Amino acid sequence: MKSLAELQAIKDRMKDKIVLREGTSDIRVVVGMATCGIAAGARPVLNAFVEEVNAQGLCEKVSVSQTGCIGYCRLEPIVEIHEAGKEKVTYIHMNAEKAKEVVEKHLKGGKVVAEYTVTDAN
Amino acid sequence: MKELSLNILDITENSTKAKAEFISIEIVEDEDTLRITITDNGTGMTEETLSSVANPFYTTRTTRKVGMGIPLFRMAAEMTGGNLTITSKHFSEHPDAHGTTVSALLYKNHIDFTPLGDVISTVTTLIQGHPDVNFLFTHKRGDLFVSLDTRELRAVLEGVPLDTFEVLCWIKGNLEEQYLEFNK
Repeated sequence: MKSLAELQAIKDRMKDKIVLREGTSDIRVVVGMATCGIAAGARPVLNAFVEEVNAQGLCEKVSVSQTGCIGYCRLEPIVEIHEAGKEKVTYIHMNAEKAKEVVEKHLKGGKVVAEYTVTDAN
Repeated sequence: MKELSLNILDITENSTKAKAEFISIEIVEDEDTLRITITDNGTGMTEETLSSVANPFYTTRTTRKVGMGIPLFRMAAEMTGGNLTITSKHFSEHPDAHGTTVSALLYKNHIDFTPLGDVISTVTTLIQGHPDVNFLFTHKRGDLFVSLDTRELRAVLEGVPLDTFEVLCWIKGNLEEQYLEFNK
């Protein structure tokens, strides 16, 4: 059973790490979670980013957050990647599979997955 | 929306935007009906705003001109012969007891009833996105119930944020175990 005792154990393990975590994220992943995003499938995209960032051991470098409507509802689910000193990258029509690929290739490998990004044609 | 749990996620996002510190999400079922009630202590709405939220051409957003959250949830309820009600107290008139309650009644045996879907994912998504807000989630059917109160978790966690990955996994696992009993 996922008991409070188990939660207590998590607290004991994490307590020392919090100081390190705060404000150290170099990369911010932002998922659009307004009505348009949610209806288009943003929830599994968000969860895939959260899980995969952790699975790849990128927690200290990457933060995953949510935002409202980005303004291009027809291109949802939309994910923006903000990295200090670099131009913002906007991924469109995302799903959980594409999210995993972006974590692997872009966030870990440093290479933008161009085929999923927004273009002038969109 | 494909699942009612997505409507719940969407409507609760409104509560967080209204600066709510505490949000209760309650699902109550009996043989024929399912009622979803989302209550927050956010800024609330004036009567004027309240009368316009049912209109899809009303939105507080500046990035687009249409607000579909409430209309979609209302449609999901009305399609089953149910209804949606909103009550709200704006902080300007009720400084000590402001907030909004959205309540939808659905008839679950109706052919147009939308399935509840992955409500666990909705709860973890809300906590991940709003780790400083307190959520009380309850799902009741007869004597059975599922419940999660982030205030209790926070008391155990002593400053470890609720959006810590291990904590989110614990929350997901805890709810999964509760639902296993609930759905037996």
